[in-house]
Amino acid sequence: MSLTKREVENVAHLARLEITEGEIERVVENLSSIINFVDQLRGADTGDVLPMAHPLDMSQRLRTDEVSESDQRERFQVNTSAVEAGLYLVPKVIE
Amino acid sequence: MEWETVIGLEIHAQLNTVSKIFSGASTAYGAEPNTQACLVDLGYPGQLPVLNAEAVAKAVKFGLATGSKVARRSVFARKNYFYPDLPKGYQISQFELPIVETGKIEVVLEDGSIKVVGLTRAHLEEDAGKSLHEDFAGMTGIDLNRAGTPLLEIVSEPEMYNAREAVAYMKTIHTLVRYLDISDGNMQEGSFRCDANVSVRPKGSEKLGTRAEIKNLNSFRFVERAINFEVERQIDILESGGKVVQETRLYDSVKDETRSMRSKEEANDYRYFPDPDLLPVVLEESYIEDIGKTLPELPGQKRKRFIDEHGLSAYDAGVLTASRELGDYYEHVVGRLGGDPKLAANWVSGELAGALNKAGLDITESVVGPQALADMLGRVLDNTISGKIAKDVFEAMWNGEGTADEIIEARGLKQITDSSAIEAVIDQVMEANPGQLADYRSGKDRLFGFFVGQVMKATQGKANPAQVNDVLRKKLAG
Repeated sequence: MSLTKREVENVAHLARLEITEGEIERVVENLSSIINFVDQLRGADTGDVLPMAHPLDMSQRLRTDEVSESDQRERFQVNTSAVEAGLYLVPKVIE
Repeated sequence: MEWETVIGLEIHAQLNTVSKIFSGASTAYGAEPNTQACLVDLGYPGQLPVLNAEAVAKAVKFGLATGSKVARRSVFARKNYFYPDLPKGYQISQFELPIVETGKIEVVLEDGSIKVVGLTRAHLEEDAGKSLHEDFAGMTGIDLNRAGTPLLEIVSEPEMYNAREAVAYMKTIHTLVRYLDISDGNMQEGSFRCDANVSVRPKGSEKLGTRAEIKNLNSFRFVERAINFEVERQIDILESGGKVVQETRLYDSVKDETRSMRSKEEANDYRYFPDPDLLPVVLEESYIEDIGKTLPELPGQKRKRFIDEHGLSAYDAGVLTASRELGDYYEHVVGRLGGDPKLAANWVSGELAGALNKAGLDITESVVGPQALADMLGRVLDNTISGKIAKDVFEAMWNGEGTADEIIEARGLKQITDSSAIEAVIDQVMEANPGQLADYRSGKDRLFGFFVGQVMKATQGKANPAQVNDVLRKKLAG
């Protein structure tokens, strides 16, 4: 199975990755060959196999419902470029 | 052409845990912005989510209460999209293997009939933060306190056929989550909101029409209005030969219309995949059984019991089971009164509900408690006061003038049941109104009410109405 240039462009856009005109052909080729590996796996009979959700064969540990984090806003907001009234400021998004 | 509307709802109920679904930050509402957003909620690199046991338990509770299949194994997945109030670039949700699948909800419609709505699934996920679009010099402000708050997304089958059914279904779920104490259901604070999938098709057609998804409806009234607007919009398009576009729309409550959210159209490709940061959630049989034992009597069961055992009407039973606290109050009154559930029901859903409503209070904040109300109603049952006087007594109790007995005593409201006293009053009234008496005796039966009124007036409403009727009828007959 081979991906089209359009499909790759679409996935790149959804992932907000910039792929230049010069790179696109190589990316299409590489991604297509990965998809082909997956296609080979499809040939295996997995009718009786539970789909794997995680490489570790373990189940999720749960935590007790307790507040364990204190307010560290000042420290965290040192790392951001714009703050006002405790809010992180970002370029305007509007519906 | 005749059209049929088809509606499915996705309800988001915030689970009332104290900490977030994947971190130990507080979920308390109303804190200063970003003071309850820790490194996990902020999506810092290297931070790992750890699942909150209580969020799982609450989802299981919901599953058991709706007769759904509770998955022995469920999996968290990443739902990928970019938005500033979603710092990680993905929302942790469940996709292929949700924790709850295929249940049913019995919905009581306005006419008292019961409609069964299928539940497709309910899954756990984290809420996003909040974007504030005003007042920041052309910038958007982001508050991530809400990010990571546990949500149960409850997805219905497309089995509702008008806006009122959809609202009745939403109210049923709202009541249920509060009975189960898994969500506070506070719609002003956004703890309970829904998206509506709406489509229309020619009546009789099996195939679903193209749907629009209306996002973020946070009141029952808006759900009804938004659906009604959307149905008309789609019918207009189809009748003028157009095609409905599958899209996400936003309801504007000020303009009472829905409009397209074009920016999110392309975002419908979420590229879900299992979250490698979280292992599958495996639930033991014994764990699920233990949670089953903690389920309270459910609203539907309570409603049925009130109808079957208390002899209440379907309507009264519905009103009194609207919240667990209201049902408890009513049962408390009946218990203390030792009978006459119908009288208790009338008072709780009538006079008391009216007073609460007027004062803007919840049943749990009622000025008059269930014992005090029951004691007052006891005085109606033992004929100390009439039902009419009882309303005055109740008002005085509400205003803090004391217990029913104290008020009856202080105001001299004791009912007159002494028949000679009643006869004396009736004699006076007849004597004072010779014209009406003559008219009555010559066949103007309607004047009976006039005489009753006069007697009641003369006794300040204290005469026992049944006795007055009896004696008056005899005396008037001459």
